[in-house]
Amino acid sequence: MAKVRAVGSNTPQKRRFRLLMVLLIGALCLIMLSPFIWMVGASLKREADVMKQGIGWFPGYWYPENYLRVLGFSGGKNYHFMRGYWNSIKVSTLSAGVAAASSCLAGYAFAKLKFKGSHALFILYLSQMMIPSQLTLIPRFVIFSEIALVNTHWALILPKIIAVNATFMMRQAFLGTSEELREAAKIDGAGEFRIFLRIMVPIIKPTLAAVFTTQFISAWNSYLDPLIFINREKLYTLPLLLDNFVTMESTQYGLMMAACCLATIPVFAVFLFGQRFFMKGLTVGAVKG
Amino acid sequence: MTKIKQEQKEWSVETSLAKGRQQKRRREAGMAYAFLLPSLLGLLLLSLLPMLISLYISLTDWVYTNGLWNWNFVGFQNFIDLWSDSWFLKSLGNTVIFTVVTVPVGIFLALVAAALIDSFCGEQTSGVVRIALYMPHICNIVATSTIWKTLYSSYGPFTNLMRALGWQDPPKFLVSYTWALPAIMLVVIWARLGYWVFLYGAAMQALPVDLYESASLDGASGLQKFRRLTIPLLTNTTFYMTVTGIISSFQVFGYVNVMTGGGPKDSTYVLVYYIYKLAFDYRRTGYASAVAVVLFVLLLLVTVVQYRHNSRKD
Repeated sequence: MAKVRAVGSNTPQKRRFRLLMVLLIGALCLIMLSPFIWMVGASLKREADVMKQGIGWFPGYWYPENYLRVLGFSGGKNYHFMRGYWNSIKVSTLSAGVAAASSCLAGYAFAKLKFKGSHALFILYLSQMMIPSQLTLIPRFVIFSEIALVNTHWALILPKIIAVNATFMMRQAFLGTSEELREAAKIDGAGEFRIFLRIMVPIIKPTLAAVFTTQFISAWNSYLDPLIFINREKLYTLPLLLDNFVTMESTQYGLMMAACCLATIPVFAVFLFGQRFFMKGLTVGAVKG
Repeated sequence: MTKIKQEQKEWSVETSLAKGRQQKRRREAGMAYAFLLPSLLGLLLLSLLPMLISLYISLTDWVYTNGLWNWNFVGFQNFIDLWSDSWFLKSLGNTVIFTVVTVPVGIFLALVAAALIDSFCGEQTSGVVRIALYMPHICNIVATSTIWKTLYSSYGPFTNLMRALGWQDPPKFLVSYTWALPAIMLVVIWARLGYWVFLYGAAMQALPVDLYESASLDGASGLQKFRRLTIPLLTNTTFYMTVTGIISSFQVFGYVNVMTGGGPKDSTYVLVYYIYKLAFDYRRTGYASAVAVVLFVLLLLVTVVQYRHNSRKD
């Protein structure tokens, strides 16, 4: 910590400078968060007050009506927000599960098992990082329509089976586990899969959690794929639902902000809850230890 | 006689041992392929095969509504047509401008912010600050785009702020031909900043303390240390961020689709948005694939540069 910090910074001048810098950082945080702060404020305002000058960012009254209307409890219009939530939770959980499972298995094979073509296969995996998903999008759409997967959630979940970054992370994690443990379990007569499931996976649980959190958030926020593969309203994930909602109610700012609030809060919660793991996952590849 | 027998015996023991080892190895390899099966299948069917199909389709005049197999092979005609297609050229140009602005500006801001946080915040505060800055990055694109759309609207807070700062007659940012693209760039820089601050922060924590201590003893000021030590020592992180930043900037789509829909006119058309339009609105699958292939080649060039850089380092 504090590598650039000046040594012996106790003169009043330096203290004042430091205070100034801390204030600057605080201001930066406020600026960065201001769109969200404004969002919350606007979502609690009456429509007439949202863009009115001089009201301030937060209204002096309590007006939860926007939220009730978005959720369909009042206003007589059902936007099916809850269904969007459910679809998003379902798709994101399954996507993250599929990605975590497949990358865990593959990472283990690459790290611990000896087999012919291991190196070449690993290179093949890494080369996948170079293929942008937009290149495969059109054929994926064609294939999925041929096998009737368009307009099912599987079209969003199945592609997650290839998660190269996650595989890479898992491989690193397994490389860090002790070989003796594995040998000992083998001598005790445990099969490879049993060793993997009972001994190795518990050791790398933190990495597994990191992969799961990262994949969950990326699936939760995924937009282009759902936009193309899902066009039945019943199957809309939250981003699509929100997109649709915003197009319908584009003049009702308070209502839109309430909807945005409802769409962002869960992911903030997941993030705050899992940020320890999540942040760890982020640095893989970026910072060489 | 006995000697031969003994030799034979030893030989057979050895072969059976070797056989056992071989069997074990074979079993392990079999296990490995089983472990790899799910992702390998995915790799072949959902990535490699689609890629090959894409490369092939890009050489045809396929229009999706004509149905499967109903296409003509036209060679490189699509790629030739691209260079006289003003929408493509505009998209390519916008994508390049977008990248050339957002990546350096973002990296500069992130570096300054990360250095400030690292120098003037304690361990706990800096954690909180980093999480606060990170929020825009994890928030879904449709929500952030919608928020910014309202901020940018003619009486929205951002436009009002510009008025307050003395801009007499601020434009309607997202419907102005000149301002729509810069407005989107600002949002992307905002959304990405926290991620980069985080990466820099992590890298700064791994810097060697003693180097800074001896620099302090030599009387170096904070700014000097930042310029002479921190920036050079962070070269690898900066490089990584540049490469990933370029890649993600080339793939920008959601912000454009929600905030402007490519407009006004072609002012915010970017490559992925154009691919999307061509393939799923106009159903010109073959031509859209050609644009996707161009995108792929551009990204491939970036990756090759990265690869060469990394292998030189090793």
